[in-house]
Amino acid sequence: MSADKLVRMANQIADFFRSQPEDSAVAGAADHMKSFWNPVMRRQIYAHLDAGGTGLDTLALDAVKLMRTGDPVAAKTKT
Amino acid sequence: MSLLREADSGTPIRPSHEKVTLTIDGASVTVPKGTSVMAAASMAGNQIPKLCATDMLEAFGSCRLCLVEIEGRRGTPASCTTPAEDGMVVHTQTQRIRDLRKGVMELYISDHPLDCLTCSANGDCELQDMAGAVGLRDVRYGYDGAKHRTEALDASNPYFSFDSSKCIVCSRCVRACEEVQGTFALTIDNRGLLSKVATGTDDFLTSECVSCGACVQACPTATLNEKSVIELGTPTRATVTTCAYCGVGCSFRAETQGDTVVRMVPYKGGKANEGHSCVKGRFAWGYTNHADRITRPMIRKSIDDPWTEVSWDEAFAHAASEFRRIQAKYGRDAVGGITSSRCTNEETFLVQKLIRAGFGNNNVDTCARVCHSPTGYGLKTTFGTSAGTQDFKSVAAADVVMIIGANPTDAHPVFASRLKKRLREGAKLIVVDPRSIDLVKTPHVQAAHHLGLLPGTNVAMINALAHVIVTEGLVDEAFVRERCEPQDFEIWARFVADEKNSPEAMEQFTGVSAAEVRAAARLYAAGGNSAIYYGLGVTEHSQGSTMVMGMANLAMATGNLGRDGVGVNPLRGQNNVQGACDMGSFPHEFSGYRHVSDDATREMFESLWGVELQNEPGLRIPNMLDEAVEGSFKGIYVQGEDIAQSDPNTRHVVAGLRAMECVIVQDLFLNETAKYAHVFFPGSSFLEKDGTFTNAERRISMVRKVLEPANGLADWEITIRFAEALGYRMDYSHPSQIMDEIARLTPTFAGVSYEKIEAQGSVQWPCNDSAPDGTPIMHVDRFVRGKGKFMVTEYVPTEERTGPRFPLLLTTGRILTQYNVGAQTARTSNTIWHDEDLLEIHPFDAESRGIREGDLVALTSRSGEISLHATITERVQPGVVYTTFHHARTGANVVTTDYSDWATNCPEYKVTAVQVQRTNRLSDWQQEELDSAERLRRVSDGLIDAAE
Repeated sequence: MSADKLVRMANQIADFFRSQPEDSAVAGAADHMKSFWNPVMRRQIYAHLDAGGTGLDTLALDAVKLMRTGDPVAAKTKT
Repeated sequence: MSLLREADSGTPIRPSHEKVTLTIDGASVTVPKGTSVMAAASMAGNQIPKLCATDMLEAFGSCRLCLVEIEGRRGTPASCTTPAEDGMVVHTQTQRIRDLRKGVMELYISDHPLDCLTCSANGDCELQDMAGAVGLRDVRYGYDGAKHRTEALDASNPYFSFDSSKCIVCSRCVRACEEVQGTFALTIDNRGLLSKVATGTDDFLTSECVSCGACVQACPTATLNEKSVIELGTPTRATVTTCAYCGVGCSFRAETQGDTVVRMVPYKGGKANEGHSCVKGRFAWGYTNHADRITRPMIRKSIDDPWTEVSWDEAFAHAASEFRRIQAKYGRDAVGGITSSRCTNEETFLVQKLIRAGFGNNNVDTCARVCHSPTGYGLKTTFGTSAGTQDFKSVAAADVVMIIGANPTDAHPVFASRLKKRLREGAKLIVVDPRSIDLVKTPHVQAAHHLGLLPGTNVAMINALAHVIVTEGLVDEAFVRERCEPQDFEIWARFVADEKNSPEAMEQFTGVSAAEVRAAARLYAAGGNSAIYYGLGVTEHSQGSTMVMGMANLAMATGNLGRDGVGVNPLRGQNNVQGACDMGSFPHEFSGYRHVSDDATREMFESLWGVELQNEPGLRIPNMLDEAVEGSFKGIYVQGEDIAQSDPNTRHVVAGLRAMECVIVQDLFLNETAKYAHVFFPGSSFLEKDGTFTNAERRISMVRKVLEPANGLADWEITIRFAEALGYRMDYSHPSQIMDEIARLTPTFAGVSYEKIEAQGSVQWPCNDSAPDGTPIMHVDRFVRGKGKFMVTEYVPTEERTGPRFPLLLTTGRILTQYNVGAQTARTSNTIWHDEDLLEIHPFDAESRGIREGDLVALTSRSGEISLHATITERVQPGVVYTTFHHARTGANVVTTDYSDWATNCPEYKVTAVQVQRTNRLSDWQQEELDSAERLRRVSDGLIDAAE
């Protein structure tokens, strides 16, 4: 999937969780992506993150970073 | 009128806590208070003669055939209009009564043609029956009634004819149209011997009639009769089954002669429809034996080759070898599949099982992805389960009904009839919709509030409604305190109370006056039992899931959950979309909505299926297509869905399909997707298999085989054979065994079995030890998740914006006589009402573009362009245009975008920025499709005998 599309999806998810209570916004967005994105999509967004994460808004960026923690598929992308 | 009749008590029998006991012809009978003498007699097995009475209608007291004598009372009252009373002694067969009835029948017959032997209702005529029942032997007035026989036959409706010469003016048809359907298309014109049933127009076709069939069913003679009965004769066998159209899930009796279906008649015992029907289920079943139907498997190497018919064995072997080749070359995850909401629960369960266990991945998705996936997400988050809260009959107890983004009279007509009945009784209606749908103003129904918001602003509207409820002290604090998470409520209440969510602040987005929104909110919150019913106008947005949560918030805040007459109720689009979701069709969850990463659940499936299963979500439909375009997804098995027509951004869908090396389509017809397929498994129709469908009220109903499959195999058998060819064995000899497996693996289905469904007629899940008979209404004492969870629902405008190039907003929907991609209805006579998709445009927008009624116009968006004819109407507001997506040649989804719901990727069909201008040609896409369609559907001349 194109990076643009993944970034748009991540930002949309961030848009929703941004309005949730502060302590659960990043975790909520990360959990959502972890629950619904398949490993290929997650690897692709990690790769995009490593390439600078262009286009990801702050919350989405933090959520992708958090999702990566402990994600077994993250090991298959460079860190 | 129908052969193989169900029992008819003459007048409705309604439950009552109070009982009365009376004596009828010496027999004692105890009945609910309010029951008529006629119905009481019927309950005692004593059928009083009648003509104008039928239990689908209220008593009328017109025909004078049901007269009785009651001890202590004067005269001979009509038993249909006389309530049974305690201690009443009734005589139905005295000499006085017999003489009166015979006299009445003489009058009827004196004015009725005596062509019984050649009449289409011969043997199925209540007038004929009653003549026999009263012992009519002679007619003193002669047989040459002057008024009849001269009336011309009205055969304008494609499905039934109206022969006024046989009419006895009992008014059953008129009353059925009013009381059951709620359309008021019929009346009795004139009086005395001149009185006749009239439509107010020249004929039925040009009248307000919606062809629901209620009048035909109610007619006691051959006056209104199905053309199929006139052509074929009366049926000899009836099989109760479930309709394969919308999510109402009506029960029908399929009436047959041998292997020929004569007619489909709504079944009074069906709890979803209680004897009513719409034009699709009642009449539009002819597609099942249409000439376009493909009944032999076919394969081809390339989509540029013609199809070659092969045996089933060859088809399965070829498909399996291709999928194995692809997986060997590109990896296990390079294939996937789509389950069908048109197929049964059992078939859907098998397809996802095949993909998870046979393909070895979780790349399974279903067409709910593009319709109600936000419902699943939103209701599970807030209430704890992915389903509507009520049964359909609950609407009879509603005081206020809010319809949001749904058009029930077109898309869920049988539910709409229930709703209209309640509205005629005085319930209030709020419509939230960009268009003036019929319910805004229809005979004897007028919405109290029509919140005609701009497409894409649902969440702004729900927040504004919530703002009023919170800031004006309309919250049901006791309910919230007892039933909901307190902290989440506090956070939500603070959020919606913010001035930015006020109706005044949101008016700039929604376009609806703040005063109207405030009045609607007050009505919903304080009007008694308030119920929300919603459709794809809620879900098919970039904030579809947010809006579902917003509606759940509203219902929780006002305490409108957990009892009759309230709730949050999705009106599901397809017959088994609820079931397809329940059966584990989504890539992230097993049946019963349990995530694939849940070890305990997954191990249970692994243990029973004998394979290791993936613990990661698979690809969704749009992701599969994206990956295909990218080159990593190479094969797909599509059961009963036409993604090349139904899914958004058609060019992208087609590009994805073209990029795959093996596309397997299982369908009744060579649909649009099949143009890009390499293997075609001919499917079986709903009349040709056993199984179950689950409707929008979680009701599991039987689908029963009426005919042998024209293609030789039921769909569940096809999946089993394909799995076996792939080396994964599935041992089932009947769908009941599949349901047994579903029950073993799915807690909410633990108590479901064919035996239970047969015994109860239908079962609403959850059905398990806690609810052995099923669950008509959910969340009665507690939510499935425990406490209800309020969610903050910030309004985020869609990225799809109007501008100078695309200044209008397109929204799409359905029309009554057509269904989804038209695969079924476009192959029936329903095309007489709707043979093309039209673009609705407001007079202002039309005039500024020089568009006149019927002009061909180009509809252009950032995704593509199509041409279609325009119709000018104030049904749409200025700045908004609307069309349907029923006809493949239109290609409505060429113009829709791939913007989607943030949570589920449900496409944003309902908001597309477009421009409209006059044109004189088809669009390039339409012309290309026209040019290539025949080539992509060619079947080789050298046919191979498919018989096995």
